[in-house]
Amino acid sequence: MSSEVARHLLFQSHMATKTAHMSTQVFDNEEKQKKENPRSLAMSGHVGFESLPDQLVNRSIQQGFCFNILCVGETGIGKSTLIDTLFNTNFEDHESSHFYPHVRLKAQTYELQESNVRLKLTIVNTVGFGDQINKEESYQPIVDYIDAQFEAYLQEELKIKRSLFNYHDSRIHVCLYFISPTGHSLKTLDLLTMKSLDSKVNIIPVIAKADAISKTELQKFKIKLMSELVSNGVQIYQFPTDDETIAKVNASMNGHLPFAVVGSMDEVKVGNKMVKARQYPWGIVQVENENHCDFVKLREMLICTNMEDLRDETHTRHYELYRRRKLEEMGLTDTGPENKPLSLQETYEAKRHEFYGERQRKEEEMKQLFVQRVKEKEAVLKEAERELQAKFEHLKRVHQEEKLRLEEKRRLLEEEIIAFSKKKATSEIYQSQPFMTPGGNVRKDKDRKNSSFM
Amino acid sequence: MDPLRQSPSRSSSRASSPRTLPSEMLGYVGIEAVLDQLKIKAMKMGFEFNIMVVGQSGLGKSTMVNTLFKSKMWKSTMPGLGVPTPQTLQLQSVTHVIEESGVKLKLTVTDTPGFGDQINNDKCWDPILGYINEQYEHYLQEEILITRQRHIPDTRVHCCVYFVPPTGHCRLRPLDIEFLRRLCRTVNVVPVIARADSLTIEEREAFRHRIQENLKTHGIEVYPQQCFDEDINDKILNSKIRERIPFAVVGADQEHIVNGRCVLGRKTKWGIIEVENMAHCEFPLLRDLLIRSHLQDLKDITHNVHYENYRIFRLNESHVLPRGPGWVNLARAPASVPAPAGPQANPGPSKVGGWAKDNSDEEC
Repeated sequence: MSSEVARHLLFQSHMATKTAHMSTQVFDNEEKQKKENPRSLAMSGHVGFESLPDQLVNRSIQQGFCFNILCVGETGIGKSTLIDTLFNTNFEDHESSHFYPHVRLKAQTYELQESNVRLKLTIVNTVGFGDQINKEESYQPIVDYIDAQFEAYLQEELKIKRSLFNYHDSRIHVCLYFISPTGHSLKTLDLLTMKSLDSKVNIIPVIAKADAISKTELQKFKIKLMSELVSNGVQIYQFPTDDETIAKVNASMNGHLPFAVVGSMDEVKVGNKMVKARQYPWGIVQVENENHCDFVKLREMLICTNMEDLRDETHTRHYELYRRRKLEEMGLTDTGPENKPLSLQETYEAKRHEFYGERQRKEEEMKQLFVQRVKEKEAVLKEAERELQAKFEHLKRVHQEEKLRLEEKRRLLEEEIIAFSKKKATSEIYQSQPFMTPGGNVRKDKDRKNSSFM
Repeated sequence: MDPLRQSPSRSSSRASSPRTLPSEMLGYVGIEAVLDQLKIKAMKMGFEFNIMVVGQSGLGKSTMVNTLFKSKMWKSTMPGLGVPTPQTLQLQSVTHVIEESGVKLKLTVTDTPGFGDQINNDKCWDPILGYINEQYEHYLQEEILITRQRHIPDTRVHCCVYFVPPTGHCRLRPLDIEFLRRLCRTVNVVPVIARADSLTIEEREAFRHRIQENLKTHGIEVYPQQCFDEDINDKILNSKIRERIPFAVVGADQEHIVNGRCVLGRKTKWGIIEVENMAHCEFPLLRDLLIRSHLQDLKDITHNVHYENYRIFRLNESHVLPRGPGWVNLARAPASVPAPAGPQANPGPSKVGGWAKDNSDEEC
């Protein structure tokens, strides 16, 4: 493997201007040929690669598609209902409370299938947005969530052994921002949130619960909203107009932004068919009627026409921006005396070094801990042993004393026995002698009685 | 097969993660319109395909390329015109843009004149492997830039067509075996029996079987690889193809009149060999495989498997190569440095493992 050099091959129009052309190698005649514009060749017959797009489509069908929508809006503004209506499914039921202390994001993934297309749809809802009294921290969790998804993808991409082709892409492809139908202007919270999100995700603003505004008010409201967004420099997603087949449709739709939508899964009988609608005493608002609201336009634009473009924009613009910022933060640059693979590999090496050091440290710690524990246990055991020893000594002493005492007692007892037997012998001698005088006998009797009491 | 090379499951797993709920839609939503969007995007961007033809001179490689794409890619070299055979193997690439029914294809064909022509053909595969790895390197460089291009130009070789001379002998020659062994790990290889008009049908079949056996004995997996078959449909389709590999092909870029029709063929004294006639040769099979049915698959396997293997190898061996100042060499150089030809997935992880083990040994 020869030297690692940065190469840059020019390829027609899709280019960002680049840096260093470095030294050439053996195969440069091939290089030079490629740098000229490749020649067009006419074929003299049918080769058959017109099936290429079909091959591509087949592969995509096999892989399945992935689409992630983030819904930002106040509680109760109709986010879940709109998503249900958009995808014609009842996703989940319970309504969230208004009393959460912080904004949280809740993501749910669903698998949908239509004819042979499998779609893994992830809906991320903001829970508790706009409910707090102090709304300063409201948009930060959203920004953090989006960044976290980019980070996860970046980590996967930077791994050495990676598997990008079956990675479940959780990056947010589109953010539907629900504006409440006040009829006046954007709220400050909305403005701030959209401003912080516009460089990270494709934002499509929608006016929720549009059946609360009349047609004339709606027009004025839309104009006001758009001018506010423009004057504050918020970049919302513009439908692409570079492909002729969809350019006209997209251009006209761009003029209808923000879409005023009504969501409903309830069916009402209108004429002789059941349509999705909201029934009021004064009339029926049909969801799929273009005169009543822009729901059909939103569905068209979001799903049928531009889903792929949304995913593409997320990957090639927003994700690349995040990646660039992140890598620059880590201190890597493209230009400089060192080569690019070095820098990334240096990071790898540095990380390895770090982890190695970490591991060393942890090992040391564990060793210390172990030694300490052993010492402690030893000390405890020694203590116990000493105590036992002391007890033993004490017992022994006690035993000795007891023994001495007993000896003493025995001696005394023996002495007494001897004394007694002596007396007994003497008294027997006295008994065997005849009586001398009565007085003396009485005395002797007394003595005898006395001695028999002994 | 390499146990460390995982087969890419290209479809997102059917088994849903615990948080995925399959939902039923109650009506038409329009999700399948995304397929049209894909098509439009693909047609706008155009396709790229890089093919390499390898084989000894005189086997009809240039003619074959011309026949495949029905145009004069190369001036086919006629024998005996005093064209000097190149002393060393040089690779020549030519790029054309061809269009059919609105689909633009940027085709790059790399030829290898001088392959196997020398007296001593030792390591004649090195320049070829070097070229293939160099394309991977370009792509890797572009991919790890901080500011990347929107669309990285893909010059990686998607398919290598290897021309086996029609000796009719029982075995593949040692040169063929060595080359195929090294190459099939780096790139998709499609072997073909060249100049098959010198073999009769029975000889062809025998030769084909022998070659298949040979390939199996030496553990050479040619495209379509068995380990990448996704589901039962793929298996069935690819098994049919695998039975016929290597295709016995004949190339011709001149037209003749046969039965009132104008066909591409070779005119000989004993008849006209029609290239597109299945009874005469298997060229249509090769063309269908390469272009009409498996082109996208070839690109996918190159991108998901071969390129990833190269990337792993490359990012793992970074500590072996010398670096600039400030570089901390943390690992002892492993005892055997892997040969530059044919990066395998093997040395990478085991090297890392060995490094970890070495260093932990010196701890205790």
